[in-house]
Amino acid sequence: MPDPSVQRDAALFAPIAQTGRGFYFTLVVLGIAILWGAVAYWTQFEHGLGVTGLQQPVSWGFYVTNFVFFIGISHAGTLISAILRLSKAEWRRPITRMAEVITVMVLFIGAGQILVDLGRPDRMMNVILYGRYQSPLLWDATSISAYLFASTIYLYLPLIPDIAILRDHLGKHRFLYAVLAMGWTGTERQQKILNRAIAILAIMVIPIAVSVHTVVSFVFSMTIQPAWHSSIFGPYFVAGAIFSGIAALIVAMAIIRRIHRLQAYLKPVHFRYLGYLLLVMTLLWFYLTFAEYLTGYYGNEPEEMKVFWSKFTGPYWPTFWAMVVLNFVIPMAFLVRLQHHAVGKTVAASVCIVAGMWLERFNIIVPTLSNPRLPFPAATYWPTWIEWGETAGSFGLFILFYVLFVKFFPIISIWEIREGREVGLKEVEERLLTYLPDGTEPEPARRHTRVPT
Amino acid sequence: MALWGMVIDLDRCTGCQACVMACKAENNVAAVGAKEAARGRTISWMQVLTEESEERTRFLPRPCLQCDDPPCIRVCPVYATYRNPEGIVAQIYARCIGCRFCMAACPYNAKYFNWLRYQREAPGQNPDVSVRSKGVVEKCTFCHHRLQKARERARAERRDLAPGEYVPACAETCPSRAIAFGDLSDHGSEVARLARSPRAFRLGEGLGTKPKVIYLSETEVHRRA
Repeated sequence: MPDPSVQRDAALFAPIAQTGRGFYFTLVVLGIAILWGAVAYWTQFEHGLGVTGLQQPVSWGFYVTNFVFFIGISHAGTLISAILRLSKAEWRRPITRMAEVITVMVLFIGAGQILVDLGRPDRMMNVILYGRYQSPLLWDATSISAYLFASTIYLYLPLIPDIAILRDHLGKHRFLYAVLAMGWTGTERQQKILNRAIAILAIMVIPIAVSVHTVVSFVFSMTIQPAWHSSIFGPYFVAGAIFSGIAALIVAMAIIRRIHRLQAYLKPVHFRYLGYLLLVMTLLWFYLTFAEYLTGYYGNEPEEMKVFWSKFTGPYWPTFWAMVVLNFVIPMAFLVRLQHHAVGKTVAASVCIVAGMWLERFNIIVPTLSNPRLPFPAATYWPTWIEWGETAGSFGLFILFYVLFVKFFPIISIWEIREGREVGLKEVEERLLTYLPDGTEPEPARRHTRVPT
Repeated sequence: MALWGMVIDLDRCTGCQACVMACKAENNVAAVGAKEAARGRTISWMQVLTEESEERTRFLPRPCLQCDDPPCIRVCPVYATYRNPEGIVAQIYARCIGCRFCMAACPYNAKYFNWLRYQREAPGQNPDVSVRSKGVVEKCTFCHHRLQKARERARAERRDLAPGEYVPACAETCPSRAIAFGDLSDHGSEVARLARSPRAFRLGEGLGTKPKVIYLSETEVHRRA
């Protein structure tokens, strides 16, 4: 690679150009998880959902929890990336791609959970053939497929210039890159069209993303069940989704940074800024949770209170209080001061939040179902190895998709980093000047000026 | 058009479970076995619940309440459950995809799921009722097949369906005659008369589901008043 501009960003090509032992080791570990999931699903397909821990009246459990959780994680990517792009946050450059990949990969896994949950997966096409649009499940199907479609294109478009770079300089998988680059040569006209398309999509995906988790919440809030039938559920789910999404993004960033030695690109400042965003979401999540439970508590309806106490002191207290600690107490402790050790602190908070948000989904679904209105004999839900396997397999499959993407495409946008160096610096200065009173001249460049964008 | 409904007199119910057994035999409801029952998978379209109150222990036979505004049909993604013109909430086993959304939405837990393949077609089953496969939701249908049979008989004899000709198995069996069945839209019918009784109440009245199974109880009405 003689090209100096390629040489400069050699670290970004490294994951694609070289394959180490770690890669194969990862594949083996993920393969085991996926195999466990496959065996679990095959067993379930053969015998029926009876091999799980589901029962009367807890007819939804891990699968629906996973569904809400994974779809929530998907809000990491496209949504955050779109917001950062539109707000011209310059620090977005190394992280937008990582975020977008999470969305696309995790949406497949999330939507797949519903198929796993079906008693008759062979009749899956009935949803299309005889679909009943009054059912929130159809809203989900529509919204999620629109989001998947838009996110895939939104991931692909900014990838085109990078694929062209790979085609011209890598010398590997040349045919694949030549096809996917669609004849990109980087002319001014092409660049203009691309920027325009990205901008349009960035605006489009925001309402789609918001709609996705809103209608996911509608699956619950459109029923009249205690602790589900709540008007706050739409915004509550969207906020929780963005919350868990940012956390997942930070975890992904930290892992990629460590494995592929990208410390030069993913700096503490990126973690710090995302950490601030995460702190805001922590507070927002707590606010919404507080509002939701206080409203239920003050209303004091007997059915609502049954569910309320089963979470606070009843059989579900461990998952409920673990959720509060993981989603609020620990993140608050880590995120309030990020001047030093920003990477370690944000990652620690993020790992807790990812686990905590999974528990949050569980706490919404299972306690309501296990507290029926009529005097049924008590029942508690406990998953079997089938559900654990399916969950492990789902995580494994998601990570595998991600790892394979990193193996074939640059996980940090090469051209956008270059653009930042070549165009971004100047643009920011010009933009700052427009904020100031007319006639302000840029001072002669000083050595230690910090660019705050 | 008739509006089929049921009145269950809780002051008469002895909790003998005859209705439960009659229902199981009539509708080919699977016996899931002791292991599955212990895991909470018993299927019982008619289920006798026990409710402890301050005064006494009371039995509450609960079939599908055949809501006039059923929460279950609103959420079904594939029209596998719907309210027919005579008010019976039907379930199409051949259409159901097993998503269990209707189970989550039913405030009375009247829907049951075939977690495994609990039975195959076999001699001795009621030929009028289809045997459910694994992975679908099922529930009480007010013995809808009996209505079809009675109506065919009446049509063959060129007359209208007479009151009392169509009765579900549970109502027919009840030894203490606690279950009355008939046309709620017929003002003079026994169920319509009982439904106007001062002892009458409906389960979850505030939910707006308008159940067509109405309960009679002296104590319960006083407790709720």
